[in-house]
Order: sequence, then C-alpha cells, then structure tokens
Amino acid sequence: MRKAVIIGAGMTPVGEHWKLGLRDLAVEALLNAMDDAGIDKVDSLYVGNMASGSFVEQENLGALIADWAGLGNIPAVKIEAACASGGAAVQEGVKAVLSGLEDVVAVVGVEKMMDAWPSDATRYLAYAADAEWELFHGVSFVALNALVMRYYMKAYGYTEEDLALFAVNAHINGTKNPYAMFKKPIKVETVLKSPYIADPLKLFDASPVCDGAASVIITTPEKAKELGIPKEKWVEVAGMGRAIDTINLANREDLLTLKAAKVAAERAYRMAGVTAKDIDFFEVHDAFTIMAALSLEALGVAERGKGAQLAKEGQIAIDADYPIQTMGGLKARGHPVGATGVYQTVEAVLQLRGEAPSQVPDAEIGLTQNIGGTGSNITVSIFRRV
Amino acid sequence: MARPMQVSRYWRHFREKYRLIGGKCENGHVHFPKREVCPVCGSRNVEEYEFSGKGKVISWTIVRNPPSGFEYYKPYPLALVQLEEGPVVLAQLTDVDPEEIDFGMEVEVVTKKIREFEEDGIILYGYKFRPLVK
Repeated sequence: MRKAVIIGAGMTPVGEHWKLGLRDLAVEALLNAMDDAGIDKVDSLYVGNMASGSFVEQENLGALIADWAGLGNIPAVKIEAACASGGAAVQEGVKAVLSGLEDVVAVVGVEKMMDAWPSDATRYLAYAADAEWELFHGVSFVALNALVMRYYMKAYGYTEEDLALFAVNAHINGTKNPYAMFKKPIKVETVLKSPYIADPLKLFDASPVCDGAASVIITTPEKAKELGIPKEKWVEVAGMGRAIDTINLANREDLLTLKAAKVAAERAYRMAGVTAKDIDFFEVHDAFTIMAALSLEALGVAERGKGAQLAKEGQIAIDADYPIQTMGGLKARGHPVGATGVYQTVEAVLQLRGEAPSQVPDAEIGLTQNIGGTGSNITVSIFRRV
Repeated sequence: MARPMQVSRYWRHFREKYRLIGGKCENGHVHFPKREVCPVCGSRNVEEYEFSGKGKVISWTIVRNPPSGFEYYKPYPLALVQLEEGPVVLAQLTDVDPEEIDFGMEVEVVTKKIREFEEDGIILYGYKFRPLVK
C-alpha cells in the first residue's frame, strides 16, 4: 500500500479578522503551506468547512479557493462534517493520495464566523444538531454540551472546578503560540467567575467563535523525494479512523461515551500499529471542557469516568505523561469550526518536526481528534515523525 | 426564516409532536422520534407508538444565550427526560422554578407554544415537560 506524508503546513492567526474575508484567509493559509513545501502546484484541493453558506452566503468553496489561489483547472471540493469538517478534509486528502489517483493534494480548512451576528452564529452552529428534534426546541450547542457536563459531574462526582482545569491547561499552552487567539494564562477562578452560558457550562468552559484557516500538503514519500522536499519537513500519516454516532444526543445508548471517537480511535490505532500508550501528545477536541474529558476516555488514555482525573493529577501538561492541547487547543488557539481539524494537523506536524513553540520533548507520534456535532461525527488521525 | 414554505416543514410533524408518537418495531423496541429502521435491532417493521408522556429529568440546563429566533424566551430550561417506557427525549421544561429542577424530578408532557416568528409568521407548538401534577 502507498504511504502518505505531509510535506507542507501553513495557517493564519486565529482571531477576529475584520479586514479579511473567507477567501483571503483560505488563500493565505494555502499559499503558506505550499511555500512551506516549496511547491507551486497541486493535483487537487479538499476544503474543510462547516457552514460558509450560513455564515457568509458562500458555497462552492472548492472552486472559489482553488480559483483565487491560482491553482488552475484542478478538482476541488468542500468536505462537511460539522465541526469535524477539517479533520475529515485531511482524511479525504490522505485517501486521495493513498488511492493512487492523485499524487500531491492540498487541504485547507477555513471558517469565517465573525461576519455573522452572535445569536445567528449560535444558530448556524446548532445546524450540526438535529434540526427537527433538537434545534426546534431552542438548543444551542453550548446547551447540549451543558446537559452532558451536568450528567458527567453527577455520575462521577466531579465539580465545575475540576473541569475548569482543562481550560487552564489550554491557556498555558496557548501563551506561547503566536497563532493563538488567546495568549493569556487564566486561573481556575477565571473560569468559575465567568458567566453561565448554559448552566453548569460557563463562558470559559467554551471555545470562542472566531475566524481562521489552516492548510497542509499531502503526498507520497516517493513523490516527496522526486520533488526534492527535505526529509526534515516530512511527517507520516500513520493511521486514521472516522465514525458517526446518533445525530440526536437524546438517542445515545450512553451519554458519557463518545462511541464514534472510540470506534475511530480503534481503527486509527490498528492502522498505525500503536496503542494510546505510544502516543506522545494528543490534540483533542476541547470545544467545551467536558469534551476534553470524554475524549481522553474514548481514546483509551483514561478509563471511563477518569478523564477529568487526569487533569486533576496534572498529567495533561506539556511535560507530563499525556500532554494535550499543546498549542492551546480549541479553547485558547480558537475554534474556527471547519478549520479546527486542519489546525490540529498543522500543530501535530510542527510538534513532530520539533518546530512547535511549546515543544513536547522528543515527540515521535501524535494524535488529533476532531468532533462534529455532540459527538455525532468524529475523526481520529495519527502522525509519526519520519 | 419563516417564509411560507417553512409551514409544511413543521406541519408534517404535528401528530408526533402533539401526541408524543414514536416508533415500536416488531421486536418490541420503542424509540422516539419514529424512524424507518429500528435503532436497536435494525428491523424495518416499525409502527407508531404513543408514549404516556411521563418521565424523569436525567439532566438539564438553562439556555442563557439562545440561537436567533429564541432570544425573546431566554432564559429557558432545557432537559433530557427519560420516558417511563425507556427512550430519552430532549425538550424544554415549563411551569417550573429553575431552582426546583433536580435529577429524577418527575415530569409529564404538555403541549405548549415553542416560538413565534415575525408578526405575520407561523406559531410553532410542540411538547414541553412540566413537574407532574398529582
């Protein structure tokens, strides 16, 4: 079977880009990634994006971005899997390379959220839920996660303070990331004093609405050699998996298991020939602090009910056994929804090249996990230093 | 939102939403809302099943930053209610002091206004749950 390597990575800072539109952000990230690889053309483009039609009245992103980046008459499409669109786009790009149909593939994840009125942004994000049976009742995504958070705290006896530790850790790592939206450290009290958005979930349990774009270039080792890409740039795509779960939170067999993450992780671990113990760092989808806890459990890092315990024991810090959110995660780097999975991939690439601003010592294998919906569509990818 | 063609979108679920009608497959698995394929056993032989409307709160939240269209109603309580027949339903709670909501609180279904659209728009009704009136 062919192998896939990432040879280029680029991104824009995450934040409120009042002067830049969706295409500006996407093109900037894409050209950064192509420059990083040192190439000026690609065979195809996969765009990760959740809701450009709602946020900025723009669909057909494949054509828009490939056109404006000057890529010629290549095939280019948008991949949508709610907040996991970026992770899914990376995986579709890898599949295209592994299939042998395309040799050099560009992936760009982009989301332009700040052009929407805040309550409209809340509505568009809720389009990832079940329109007829969830949004109908006035849910926000925060509210759905709050329902899970309260249930988790009750089931295992955790407090709001315990879950706040995930936000604190993310902000510590974000301070060193020049691309992060928030570069200030916070305390547990900062989280606890922030207002409730949907009790018991507070503002600082949640990742921010923001703009951003990130991009990677994928090819085979043979083609990378042929193109003369220095080996220091290469990062192997060692394994990947993706799975869905019920779109409606109420229909879950078990509210406290991210089944889709579990299934996706099992596939990714098998493909890479590794277990959770072999992974040096985890970029998990901490859109809300509760999701960081549940993700660690689904990925097999923590036992059931022990995800938040890892944070309490200080095991998620950059120099601890299970570093997570090494460049700030969704909480501090920011969560431009459809771009997030590609940001995670770029961050994994930087860690494995040894170029990360807050470097995990001797990182050899990294994992990214990207959640769409309330756990209804999840990607897990594993990357390895070459 | 709320342009005339949206009416049929809500109208087609009137019965399920006013009577809390879900599905029951040939093997006796009940679920809500009704699906073509039983989520438990995969049977395609699924008939309508009307739930009693009684259940217990298993988790809840207070929506303080609602999606557009619901701003007028904020803050409002939203809950996961486990019906006595087993399935879990997401809905708003009504006629309740938020401070009184607790795990295991007994509730019953009631048909209420969910939201209005613009002045000339439709008004949506559906199920909410209130503390059991004994």
